Formats: sequence, structure tokens, C-alpha cells
Amino acid sequence: MAEDPIIRIRGLRNQFGAQVVHEDLDLDLWRGEVVGVVGGSGTGKSVLLRTIAGLRRPQAGSIEIFGKDALGCTDDERRAIDLRMGVMFQDGALFSSLTVRENVEVPLQAVPGLTPTLRHELADLKISLSGLPWFAGDKYPSELSGGMRKRAGLARAIALDPEVVFLDEPTAGLDPIGATAFDVLIRQLADSLGLTVFLVTHDLDTLHAACDRIAVLAERKVLVTGSMADMLHVDHPWVREYFHGPRSRAAIEATTRTA
Amino acid sequence: MAHFAFEVREAGADAPRALALRGALTVQTLTRLETLLAGQPAGTATVLDLSGVEHMDTAGAWSLVRFAGRGQGVRLQGLSPRLQSLLDAVRDAMPRPDPPAPAPYGLREFLEGTGRRVASAGQLAVELSAYLGVFLARLGRAVRHPSEFRMTSLVHHCQDVGWRAVPIVALMGFLIGVVLAFQGSVQLRQFGAEVFVVELIAISILRELGILLTAIIVAGRTASAFTAAIGSMKMREEIDAMRTLGIDPAMVLFVPRILALLITLPILALIANIAGFVGGALMAWAELGISPGMFYVRLTDQISIDHAIVGFSKAPVFAVIIGVIGCHAGMRVESNTESLGRMTSAAVVAAIFAVIAADALFSVFYARVGL
Repeated sequence: MAEDPIIRIRGLRNQFGAQVVHEDLDLDLWRGEVVGVVGGSGTGKSVLLRTIAGLRRPQAGSIEIFGKDALGCTDDERRAIDLRMGVMFQDGALFSSLTVRENVEVPLQAVPGLTPTLRHELADLKISLSGLPWFAGDKYPSELSGGMRKRAGLARAIALDPEVVFLDEPTAGLDPIGATAFDVLIRQLADSLGLTVFLVTHDLDTLHAACDRIAVLAERKVLVTGSMADMLHVDHPWVREYFHGPRSRAAIEATTRTA
Repeated sequence: MAHFAFEVREAGADAPRALALRGALTVQTLTRLETLLAGQPAGTATVLDLSGVEHMDTAGAWSLVRFAGRGQGVRLQGLSPRLQSLLDAVRDAMPRPDPPAPAPYGLREFLEGTGRRVASAGQLAVELSAYLGVFLARLGRAVRHPSEFRMTSLVHHCQDVGWRAVPIVALMGFLIGVVLAFQGSVQLRQFGAEVFVVELIAISILRELGILLTAIIVAGRTASAFTAAIGSMKMREEIDAMRTLGIDPAMVLFVPRILALLITLPILALIANIAGFVGGALMAWAELGISPGMFYVRLTDQISIDHAIVGFSKAPVFAVIIGVIGCHAGMRVESNTESLGRMTSAAVVAAIFAVIAADALFSVFYARVGL
């Protein structure tokens, strides 16, 4: 790929007290790709996501987003970067006192000159794009199922048509049918809206169905990146166990059957 | 960055109207785009030339799709393949509104709303008496089966509800005594009846103010604490978990709390009364020169024990009111955080209101009885 990466991370170091989570971590994200980050519990997948999304300051290293230094920039520049990114949290993190439509309207309020009617109708479009039925817009988050809350969280994350979307465990806690539908949705949105997606997951099916590239976090850094097929040839105990386990085989068989 | 321009080419009678758009069709330029498209004459054949569009997001695509759906004569052309696929995706996802449910309006809505509010007020009264019944039933069960009763829990709540409230209640009582003595002395001095300030302080504190203000402070402190504690357990499904484990939430949660109130509220009222007398005596001494000894003698000689009986007889009623309202509001918390806050403040308002209303009924009752 000739162009520069949309996100470039170099020498990242994250530390909680004496516990070092990331050290010398390098990762590139290219425009238009869906990257799945996997790793054992405690390897700092969510910490990495929060660091890139600007919710946590790393102890060392550099993060370049859209070609700008995301750590050394002013607050205004950081805000401009944030407007081009969307984050979906694990359980949606919807504002519980607002309806789903009002939740999606919150980021749209940052756009100057948008009338309430337009905002309202755009929110309806995002709700529909994320695969929610019409009536969901008037519901409060507590009245929705877990899967619908995740979709609503995604609708809010894509409200401003961001270039990069971060998804934290998009299919955790969903039943297999709901999880598969969500994988399809991520793939569809990434293709049709040209989104770059950074997703943290444990779900091998998601890695198969939705991701172009997989990044494995182990030993405090990104151990290896590559396609699903590449992962099968990696000689590392954790990677081997993860991608050669019975669940992984089932997921590979399932995708080859449907393909 | 978000530049946007357009050009209208009026064609001859045989060719359709052409409108060329250039630049970015994004949420940033949406308002301008919408204004432009809304200004186009309806029903005329229009060709939108989009070959100059460099950037488009879902908002721009949505606007175009809506415009295209307005009339038969609208054609979109020249969009780059990448943006065309975005446009198609948005067209497929255009929201399809459900038919709206018929909403009541006008007089009917007013009557319906009033009816609903009256019904829900009646429902609330029924529920509160049901909770009172549950509390009494479980209390009776605890007497018959003492092993089911949670003694540790009761002691814990007594400390929380009673012991921790002593400083604020004592301070409040003291200040009430000071205020009564001061105001009383100013008024009574006009008649040369300063010495009656003792009766004024004693009767008003014993009969009304001591217990009422204590109950109000406890309602603010404790009803909210009950609602918050029980409500957050309800939110995290702990109460459902108790039920599945065969534990009765009423026995575990309500009985110790309300019983703790029943025990501690009279004690708190007594503390408030004594603090009130101390405050009143000090102020009477400073303002009117009534010595504490004199104050004490008048207090014991002139004030009938009836006043204290009237005052303390209200304490258990107030305690049950506060406890039942607090527990009931806690159980009405739903699974969202907002309802927890709403029910907590509702519990405080309801408890204070109910205490004052009950006090008014007591006043009428004791006046009729002649106590």
C-alpha cells in the first residue's frame, strides 16, 4: 500500500504501577481495513483501544492519527481527531436517560447549523443502518436487549460518519445468531461506508467473518499481524493454542462450508 | 475542508433541467444541500450531475436519496462507483416508519391523563398498605420463628439510622429551643409574662416540634438511604437472586430496616426534646434571667406528662411511614440508573409529606379527644 497508514503507533508503553502492559508496541492501521485484535485476558486489548481513542495517556511512545501527532497536539486538534473517530463500548455505554434516537443525536449536535428535524431524521437513518427496527428509536436503553443495545451503540458511534470506528468486544454476550448478524453488519458497514474498523474480540467467528487482518497481542506487544491463514502458521505457543483449538477449527470449517 | 458548490444549467424545452453538484456532500454541508434541493421546483424533470462530488457521507447520500424519491423526473448520474455503493447502501437502509399509533388529544387526553393520575395515586395507596401488611406479617413470623430474624442486620441498621443521626438531631433540637426561647421572650415580655416562656418551650417541643422535626430529618436521611440501598440491589437483580435462593426479601430487607426505625425514632425524639430544653433554658437564662434551676422547677411542676405522651405516641407511626415509603420506593426502581435517582428523591418528598399529613391528623385527633 503506497499511502500512509491512517493510524501509526510506535514504541507504545502502557504501565499501571509496576505492571507493564505494553512495551515497544508498534501497530499500523490502513484505510478501509477491518483489524481484529486478539490476545489472552490481561494482555491489554481494551487498554490499547482506550489509548488510541484518547481515553488514556500512554507512558511513552507515539500515536499518529490521520497523519497528526495525537499525543502532542492541542486540545482543539485532538477534538478534531475525535470527531473523525467513533467508539462503541462493550455494553453500548448509552446514556440511560435518553432514548436511542436522542443518544444518536448527541454527536450530531456538534455539527453547526443542523436543524432539529434534520438531526432527528439523520439519527433515524443511523438507527436503520445499524439494523435496528423503527420502533427502537423511541425506546430507552434499559428497554432493549443486549444485542439491540450494541447496535444502538454502533449507531451512535457512526453518527458523524467517522473514518475509524473502534469496537470493544462487539459480539460478547450475544447469542450465536445475534453475533453472526453483528459480524455481517460490521462487514457491510465497513464495505459500504468505507469504514476503517479496529475491533477487540475473543470471538473466532468474528475474526473469520469480519476481519481483513488480525493482530495478536502477546508479550506486551503486537506479536504478529496477518490474515487468518497466516495465523495458522505462526509458531508461538499461545497463538498455536488459540488458532488450532477446537473452537477455531469449528469456525474455519463453518466459513469454508458457507464459502 | 468541507467546500461545496453547485451550478444550475437551465436547458431548453426538450432537455431536462440539470443541476451540477461539486465538492463535499457531508453532514457539515448538509444544511446548504438541503436548502438547495428543497428550493428545486417539484414535478419537473431534473438531472443531478454528481461527477464533481469528491466526498460524500451517509448524510449527503440520505439527502440525495430523499430528493430522488420526491418525483419521477429526478435522475442521479455521474457518481463515482465507490460513492455509488454508499448511496445504494443508504437507499437500502432508508428508515421505514411504522404507522403511528393513534394518540389521544384534546379533552379526551386531558380526561384520560387525569384518570390515569388518580388511578396511579390510588394504586400507590394500595401498594403502600400492602407493604405495611407484608411488614406486619413478616414481623409476626419473626416473632414465631426467631431463627429467621436477622439480628445482626437490625443492629447494623439501628447504628446507621439512630446512632449516626444523633449529632444532627441534637443540634437541630438545641437550635429549635434557642429560637423558641428568643422569639417567646420578645413576645411575652410585652405582657410581663416572661416566665411562661418555659411552658411555651416545653409544650411546643414535647407535643409537636421535637418529634415532627426529628421525623423530617430522619425522613430525609433514612428514606433516601433505604431507597438507594434496596433500589441498587433491585437494579443488579440481587433481589431476584434472593427469591430464587428461597430468601424472602421482605424478611431480610424490610423488617430489620423498619424495625430499626421503630426502635430509634423515639430515642432520637427524646434526644431532640432534651437538647431543645437545654437550648431553651440557656436562652431563657441569657435573655430573661430565668435560672436553669427555675426553668427545671417550672418544667416539672407545670408541664403535664400528657404532652410527652402525645408527642411520643406519634413516633412509631412516623417510623412506619418513613420505613414503608423508603422500602416501597426502593422496590419500584427499574433497571436503569435514572429511575434510582428519581425514586430516591420521590421517596424523600413522599415521606416528609406523609409525616406532616399524619401529624396534622394527630393534632385533630388529640384536640377532639381532649388530651
